[in-house]
Amino acid sequence: MSVDVVDVREEPRDVPERFLSVRDLRVHFPTDDGLVKAVDGLSFDVERGQTLGIVGESGSGKSVTSQAIFGLHKGSRARVSGEIWLNGQELVAAHESQMRSLRGQEMAMIFQDPLSAMHPFYTVGAQISEAYRVHNDVSRKAARQRVVEMLDRVGIPDPDKRYDDYPHQFSGGMRQRAMIAMALICSPSLLIADEPTTALDVTVQAQILELIKDVQTEFDSAVILITHDLGVVAETCDSVVVMYGGQCVERGTVDDVFYRPEMPYAWGLLGSMPRMDRQRQQRLTPIQGQPPSLIQVPRGCVFNPRCEYTHLVPERRCFTVHPELVDTAPGHGVRCHIDPEQRREIFTNEIRPKL
Amino acid sequence: MIRFIIRRLAGAVVVLWIVSIITFVIFQLAPLLSHTSPVYYYIGKIPFPPHSPQLRELEHRFGFDLPLPQQYWHWLHGILFGQTITNGTGDVVHCTAPCLGYSFRLNTAVTTLITQAFPVSLSLAVGAATLWLLGGISIGTASALRRGKFIDRLGMTMALGGVSLPIFFTGPILLLVFEYKLKWLPNVSYQSITSDPAQWLRSMVLPWIALAFLFAALYARLTRANMLETMGEDFIRTARAKGLSRRRVVVKHGLRAALTPIVTIFGMDIGQLIGTTVITETVFNLRGLGWLSISSIQQQDLPVIMGVTLVAATAVVVMNLIVDILYAVVDPRVSYT
Repeated sequence: MSVDVVDVREEPRDVPERFLSVRDLRVHFPTDDGLVKAVDGLSFDVERGQTLGIVGESGSGKSVTSQAIFGLHKGSRARVSGEIWLNGQELVAAHESQMRSLRGQEMAMIFQDPLSAMHPFYTVGAQISEAYRVHNDVSRKAARQRVVEMLDRVGIPDPDKRYDDYPHQFSGGMRQRAMIAMALICSPSLLIADEPTTALDVTVQAQILELIKDVQTEFDSAVILITHDLGVVAETCDSVVVMYGGQCVERGTVDDVFYRPEMPYAWGLLGSMPRMDRQRQQRLTPIQGQPPSLIQVPRGCVFNPRCEYTHLVPERRCFTVHPELVDTAPGHGVRCHIDPEQRREIFTNEIRPKL
Repeated sequence: MIRFIIRRLAGAVVVLWIVSIITFVIFQLAPLLSHTSPVYYYIGKIPFPPHSPQLRELEHRFGFDLPLPQQYWHWLHGILFGQTITNGTGDVVHCTAPCLGYSFRLNTAVTTLITQAFPVSLSLAVGAATLWLLGGISIGTASALRRGKFIDRLGMTMALGGVSLPIFFTGPILLLVFEYKLKWLPNVSYQSITSDPAQWLRSMVLPWIALAFLFAALYARLTRANMLETMGEDFIRTARAKGLSRRRVVVKHGLRAALTPIVTIFGMDIGQLIGTTVITETVFNLRGLGWLSISSIQQQDLPVIMGVTLVAATAVVVMNLIVDILYAVVDPRVSYT
């Protein structure tokens, strides 16, 4: 019997020209209660030097997406399908060892809560140095040198001393800076920041965002910024993906989504955002209802239980037909059954004055 | 760091001092409650009729007629500086520090009895601890990493068995199989590690296994639970996101955090074990502290009981002290102040 060594998975697929291209990504978790569709058919692209914002409520699949790009679901019970192309390399089918050499080197992640994201028993310097030494065959001393430089770069004063401090001896902002230093130590071309400023106070937030922007220009990295803070997105991103119930419901440039949003959920998000450049209203407008269950996803449009405009669509299609993500303008995709003309009208006449 | 150690050391001394008072008082209660002359608990018989002048004279020679604090002081003084003991019939024994008293039944100083028994208990505890740590931690880790799989089920079933089966069951079975049937370890009797290391090892293997089986089960469950919790922590995700190998993630980041709380429990277990391996010692015919305490209780040999109690308590206190200091070393978040 002869053994066929040809990889049977290999089929002709068109390699996208984009730097990072996610296509029809699905991440499903089988649980005792049923299949949790955390991410269900998500597609987006990011170029080097660009920043993509992924926004949405808690549980809309933002973090699961970033972990899927990192292949962190490999070895767990999660079922991941679709394609993730990074620099011409497909990641969903890639082997764990292949992913390992990419992690930390080609792509790096900045986590939300740097206190729990750093190991409590190792010094900050040692943890960053470890990230460097996995991918670079250098001496301990050379690695230390490099880490101290990096700590200095991200604005940690007295870096040579702070190298030997433990995470709990750092302040919140310093820890986040150290996390960023850890992410940048191998000059990754893709940087995913998973709610990097959530745990920080506002002045530190601005500094951290500034820092991420700076290093992005320096390394010409692609950045994915995962957040539920729309203000952060408006300030830092080039394009935006609005996620709801594990799906992208609207995507486009920051201008598209902030000044010409067409999906009722995006309207709701904008309405719930406090703004300093407008006259103060009595109160913010919340989106009524609860985020959808990811096990029993509503039939038709995921947003239909909370949508105020379903009566505009004939034949109750909002409740029966799952809408496709359709481009309403080049690069501006919307997942909604309402007629595009009518959507724009509603936004201009009803929504915008209230924002 | 030095100040931290000194303060803990001082604390330990205070605890030991209190333990010595309690030990002393408790054992003064025995003659009092049974309305027997304390002479009985010291020499094992009452050579003169109760309330007779000769008995009074004997009690006086032992110092039982002195106030309790003074008796305590003599006892403590003996431990610290040694003392001269008379058995009341003219024999005078000089007992050098640390003098824990004199067993008139065995005609031996208590300190001598304990120095003979202590190495046996220590060998038993340390050897078994090494085995159960290795076994428990590896089984627990494997179970946690293969949660719900065959290895996990097997490991946890064994752990359940280990916790449920008492040593007076596993011990004789080990003896039956390895000593009598297979004759791998025939007729071994204890030899100290210094006089005959090979014989020492042979005599200790089975007791180690029996004792370790019991504790390994406990540690396997503990390790599994801690490991499961740790592997879900954010810093493990960070370690993976750095591109570390799975082995490094598990050992350097996972185990390091999961095992730290086990240090505490381990120290206390070992300290306690030194004076309490009675059943293991009985099953395997080892003359350790457990055996010494049981036989002295049966003989109502008060000086020996007091001595063993004090030594066993000291073992616990010392191990606790070591754990405290060690914990500050392994967990940088613990401050020395």
